[in-house]
Amino acid sequence: MNALQTTVTIIGLGLITLLTRGFFLLSDRELPLPGWLEQGLRYAPLAALAAVVVPEVVLTQGHLITTFKDARLYAAATGAVWFFWRGGILGTIVSGTAVMVTLRLVMGW
Amino acid sequence: MSGWGATARHPEFRRGAREMTGIALGIAAWGLVTGMTMVKSGMPVSLAVMMSLLVFAGSSQLAALPLIASGAPIWVVWATAACVNLRFVIFSAQWRRYFGHLSRPRRLWMIYFAADLNYVAFTHRFPEPRPAPEQLPYFWGGVVTNWGAWQVASLTGIALADSVPAHWGIGFAGTLALMGLLLSLLGDGARRVAAVVAGCAAVAAYALPLKLNIVVAIAAAVAIGLLIDHRTPRPPAPAPDAT
Repeated sequence: MNALQTTVTIIGLGLITLLTRGFFLLSDRELPLPGWLEQGLRYAPLAALAAVVVPEVVLTQGHLITTFKDARLYAAATGAVWFFWRGGILGTIVSGTAVMVTLRLVMGW
Repeated sequence: MSGWGATARHPEFRRGAREMTGIALGIAAWGLVTGMTMVKSGMPVSLAVMMSLLVFAGSSQLAALPLIASGAPIWVVWATAACVNLRFVIFSAQWRRYFGHLSRPRRLWMIYFAADLNYVAFTHRFPEPRPAPEQLPYFWGGVVTNWGAWQVASLTGIALADSVPAHWGIGFAGTLALMGLLLSLLGDGARRVAAVVAGCAAVAAYALPLKLNIVVAIAAAVAIGLLIDHRTPRPPAPAPDAT
């Protein structure tokens, strides 16, 4: 993307923040939320996150990684172990990043 | 806004601010990561500052960055961000019960600043979903604290990003942050299945043009989720999460 396209993208993302946070405050009238929509909405956020996260961890240039010497695998695994052991997003970020930086600097992965 | 001074001196403003301060460290870490990740993804500093101040939504920013960096079409970036933000749509139905009586410009101005943790703290402080006068100062105390912690950290991350070498892999912290958020949303069995389906579909369909693998993955996961719900009916309950 060039700078203009990125600017347009960012302005749109700002509008998306406003429109999603204010969705049911936009109208002056009460809007009923259909049951099936509410159920579907439960899955969309984690689906979007998984769809972004998993390829970032296991793909290199669009191909499944074929080596175990990839720091991302251990960083992600460490973060996940931390999350299930101690809980909390902060610890997940810190522990995973620590493993990432260590493996990159010490092992050259 | 009229009466801003009175709002800021109200004891509930201080209470709202105080109850947000406890989690401000986590918010700041998350903002720092987002700031650094923006620059590490190749975004110019000026645009990163604009993104931080304008978009003000960490998970949608982090989800959008790899798509922007890889040149995905703008609508795919927007669709992904909208999906990541869908939880706010659910929250907004609840916010309406507190702020629905205010004028439209006023309530939209307020709600723009209402991040996840503001929702969690506010609904904890006011479990009864009906308007009360002390809600406005409490709300503003919380969002000013959250917004300040977030923006200071995010701008610091933008400023520091270039002093950290790329080969350290710090940018991966953004992915880890999204992963933490994902893990905190997993909840019951159906959600876990939906997440696995989304992850596998996104990898399997990666060769599709225009980053359509993201759209395919979301559609597949929502379909699986609804299918499981249909077979095992239970009342839907949106889970709180921790951005």
